[in-house]
Amino acid sequence: MPTVSKGDGMRGLAVFISDIRNCKSKEAEIKRINKELANIRSKFKGDKALDGYSKKKYVCKLLFIFLLGHDIDFGHMEAVNLLSSNKYTEKQIGYLFISVLVNSNSDLIRLINNGIKNDLASRNPTFMNLALHCIANVGSREMAEAFAFEIPSILVAGDTMDSVKQSAALCLLRLNRTSPDLVPMGEWTARVVHLLNDQHLGVVTAATSLITTLAQKSPDDFKTSISLAVARLSRIVTSASIDLQDYTYYFVAAPWLSVKLLRLLQCYPPPEDAALRSRLTECLETILNKAQEPPKSKKVQHSNAKNAVLFEAISLIIHHDSEPTLLVRACNQLGQFLQHRETNLRYLALESMCTLASSEFSHEAVKTHIDTVINALKTERDVSVRQRAVDLLYAMCDRSNAKQIVAEMLSYLETADYSIREEIVLKVAILAEKYAVDYTWYVDTILNLIRVAGDYVSEEVWYRVIQIVINRDDVQGYAAKTVFEALQAPACHENLVKVGGYILGEFGNLIAGDSRSSPLVQFNLLHSKFHLCSVPTRALLLSAYIKFINLFPEVKATIQDVLRSDSQLRNADVELQQRAVEYLKLSCIASTDILATVLEEMPPFPERESSILAKLKKKKGPGKLPDIDDNRRNVNGSSEHSENTDTTSKSSPSLLEDLLPTDRPRPSSCSPAILAARTMASAHPFTDILNLNSTPSTGPNLLVDVFSDSSTSASVDVSEDNFSRFVCKNNGVIYENQLLQIGLKSEYRQNLGRIYVFYGNKTSTQFLSFSSFVTTSDILKSQLNVHAKTVDPVIEGGAQVQQILNIECVSDFIDAPVLNIQFRYGGTLQNIAVKLPVMLNKFFQPTEMTSQDFFQRWKQLGAPQQEVQKIFKAQHPMDTDVTKAKILGFGVALLDGVDPNPANFVGAGVIHTKSTQVGCLLRLEPNAQAQMYRLTLRTSRESVSQRLCELLGEQF
Amino acid sequence: MMRFLLLFSRQGKLRLQKWFTPIPEREKKKIIRDMTTMVLARQPRSCNFLHWKDLKIIYKRYASLYFCLAIENQENELLALEVIHRYVELLDKYFGNVCELDIIFNFEKAYFILDEFLLGGEIQETSKQIVNRCIESSDMLQEYYCEGETDFPGTWRKYHGGVYEQTCILTCGLKGIEITAGEEYRSRMYCI
Repeated sequence: MPTVSKGDGMRGLAVFISDIRNCKSKEAEIKRINKELANIRSKFKGDKALDGYSKKKYVCKLLFIFLLGHDIDFGHMEAVNLLSSNKYTEKQIGYLFISVLVNSNSDLIRLINNGIKNDLASRNPTFMNLALHCIANVGSREMAEAFAFEIPSILVAGDTMDSVKQSAALCLLRLNRTSPDLVPMGEWTARVVHLLNDQHLGVVTAATSLITTLAQKSPDDFKTSISLAVARLSRIVTSASIDLQDYTYYFVAAPWLSVKLLRLLQCYPPPEDAALRSRLTECLETILNKAQEPPKSKKVQHSNAKNAVLFEAISLIIHHDSEPTLLVRACNQLGQFLQHRETNLRYLALESMCTLASSEFSHEAVKTHIDTVINALKTERDVSVRQRAVDLLYAMCDRSNAKQIVAEMLSYLETADYSIREEIVLKVAILAEKYAVDYTWYVDTILNLIRVAGDYVSEEVWYRVIQIVINRDDVQGYAAKTVFEALQAPACHENLVKVGGYILGEFGNLIAGDSRSSPLVQFNLLHSKFHLCSVPTRALLLSAYIKFINLFPEVKATIQDVLRSDSQLRNADVELQQRAVEYLKLSCIASTDILATVLEEMPPFPERESSILAKLKKKKGPGKLPDIDDNRRNVNGSSEHSENTDTTSKSSPSLLEDLLPTDRPRPSSCSPAILAARTMASAHPFTDILNLNSTPSTGPNLLVDVFSDSSTSASVDVSEDNFSRFVCKNNGVIYENQLLQIGLKSEYRQNLGRIYVFYGNKTSTQFLSFSSFVTTSDILKSQLNVHAKTVDPVIEGGAQVQQILNIECVSDFIDAPVLNIQFRYGGTLQNIAVKLPVMLNKFFQPTEMTSQDFFQRWKQLGAPQQEVQKIFKAQHPMDTDVTKAKILGFGVALLDGVDPNPANFVGAGVIHTKSTQVGCLLRLEPNAQAQMYRLTLRTSRESVSQRLCELLGEQF
Repeated sequence: MMRFLLLFSRQGKLRLQKWFTPIPEREKKKIIRDMTTMVLARQPRSCNFLHWKDLKIIYKRYASLYFCLAIENQENELLALEVIHRYVELLDKYFGNVCELDIIFNFEKAYFILDEFLLGGEIQETSKQIVNRCIESSDMLQEYYCEGETDFPGTWRKYHGGVYEQTCILTCGLKGIEITAGEEYRSRMYCI
């Protein structure tokens, strides 16, 4: 054994460690440690000055104790002393202690910084390295403040040693990550790029990491790195394996550097320069070719390093998404790995294919592997591999294979690991909904889901099936029949009882003609489950019963008996008792007509983003959900992901289009009170579907409302005359009559806005009891928060008062809030309502971009639902300057020189809402001859494109 | 970038922890607990990668020791595996047939070697020769003391004679040997 006398072991430390190891119990260990701590404390406090060696030994012991998981609250001072020592080993231990036990104690930081400063100035490379390592390990703000200016100059100085350059590059990277505002960009950045040409591969590796991070933040400043990176990469992949000496790792040439360079290139689109582009393509082809060569070594390290480069190359190919041949080759290579005997490779192949599935060029190629993937789901021993197989099946699913994939996932679910069942349930529910051509299949699938994995079917899933059945009358009969059959099973999951109760309560009449499912049979079937269910489910069943009373007068007496029983009327649970009492009373005193109105079939639900999808996204975290439309692996950070979050709901046109008329008028015969009562009558889980967060029903008040004949206040016509004038401007008069003038001044920043409303009394008489408040429609409430400050109730004649409205945009919206004003003028009550010009485009932030970026994004937003186009006749004279002003007023940045036709206008901006940001691109093409315009909008959200087009289309 | 590196034994005892981003101590303890339970529960011959929160966990067993490296989502898994292996090689080159006890008794050296190899969560130097030259040249800078207290890295071996016949972790890693519980590390019931 080549143990040589190197290093400087500390005997006292070794003995202490042995002692600890010999402790027979946790208590003995703690006792030994406390003894040692007392000893060290007394040594540190003692009168005798400790020599450097003892100090080092004790600090090391403290470190060891800390690493065992005990708290250390002293010794920092001694560590700082050590790092200021000029003996290397003492300095080293001092730095180690500080790096491990970072403490934001400011006095100490100043001392540490002082030590670091001296070491950086020492020009001794070993000392400089220790200091740089410490900065990189701690990376605190104070350190950034002290050294962020100094390190760049160390990095690019000509006489700096290679090892110091490496430390300096990574140190700077660390500071840039923690305190980017403190790291100055400047002349050094250009010189850093040239480190890619350095002779020392270690320096190149460290510099590439730094450049990649900087380029992610400001790609334009580091564009010159592209050609250098390609050149370097090309030299590596074509080198003989021995050329790079110690940077060859198990016969693979500089794998770390290659991967870093490939990552750097993923910050950029494919190079524009043709020669450069073909050189890069050659590199990628060489890497793909090497995968087919026989291995140079049987060691797993060789194949890992080689395949690491290969996978990174595939990531770059997917990122560029522009070379169909490369994409298909990548897909074939991954296909080979799918059946490789190395589990790791199978895992990674499944994972990479997920992203390939989103490219239009390779989606079909990925689909050819469906059988292998399904087989993996069945035979893989490792749950994390099976999980990746589920992800890939989800990603490769489309209309052509949906039935097969959903069936396979369902059958896998029966044996799936508990940890991933819920996720699979969500995925199956989403796919079934998204690709349902025939909704009977959808209903069957969800019921199967409940049967197979009822415990993992979350509320979102069964709410969704009810929303869909309610909204589609072609499936209601089938749904009723199917749930009725499913409920026959002796043991069925409570979730099935919920769905069954709800659906039979609404649509039981559709199957009541059959004597096998007569009203009484239906009721008895439901009621047989009642006593096994939890309180919320029982509450839901009670609501189903009262609905039965309306649907089937013949079972009224039976149900009344049930409601009247002590177990209902005197139930210990308040909610159940209340429902029983109220429903019983309602069924006794209300006439058939009133019952029919109160308990009418539910109106269709307004469409919103599928709550299941939202849940899956939450579960998987941003960027991890393989969206079918677009899920590029993007090193540029997460902004792209947030723009794409809505892809699945937008790409389910079949269902959405059916449901889209969001504001379908509710039956006009209903007064609001009755509507409210109907909502309540159908159990509070139903209110949940509407509100998504449960609010306990406030039964009695609502019921009183049904019977008391409260009159609704006279409605006021909402003025929206000037509304559209405010689309492209923020200030002006929104309303005026003989008495009152209302002016607005508004300002918006990101998703927040503030409107100053000025009420001017045009008369010479006082306005009394003046009040103004803002109302929003039910849909708008969840999308926009408006808070109005109160105003003085008196406005003197000729005076003006100001009111401030604070606005927060939660998600994209269509409606506008309404400002309601009431006051008394000369004894008569005045009611005015004005539509407030708060539109989606107010939350624009303009975005400048180059034409290359513009067209790349334009291409990315190419799905049919993302684009909205409108061709319309000019309503105003076609004046270029006016048009420009309007587009700027609309909130986007006008991009010059992007469109080849200078007469066209191109703009870009980002809509900021609290929940997400939506990038928008627009193009307006005037045709002066025909006096027509063509307006095209592309955003990642269908609803946003639609709304923005409506708004802007009215302006020209 | 890499977020943290943990070394722990089959019994779940932590041998080395390196955090590349600032994390509160409480949170660290929780992560350590999560990692040890998650990784130790894995079946042999499973794949070496796991998803955990928004990170990828890459782990590998070398004899009695588990190396567990957390990397960000877009990082390369296979290369992370080789980061671990290169670190083991560096330890082995320095200690000579490195085993778990070397790392316990010379934990500060293990940290020094790591600092030369990785910095700020990125690779600093991949060349084995250069890293070793760095460490050795710093060892040359040591000062000798005459009090008889100075020892060398093999210290523990002297104190423990042949009691611990530890397996060299690199050899196991290279040969892919799975060590059975019995032959692994004939240790006492309670050890740190």
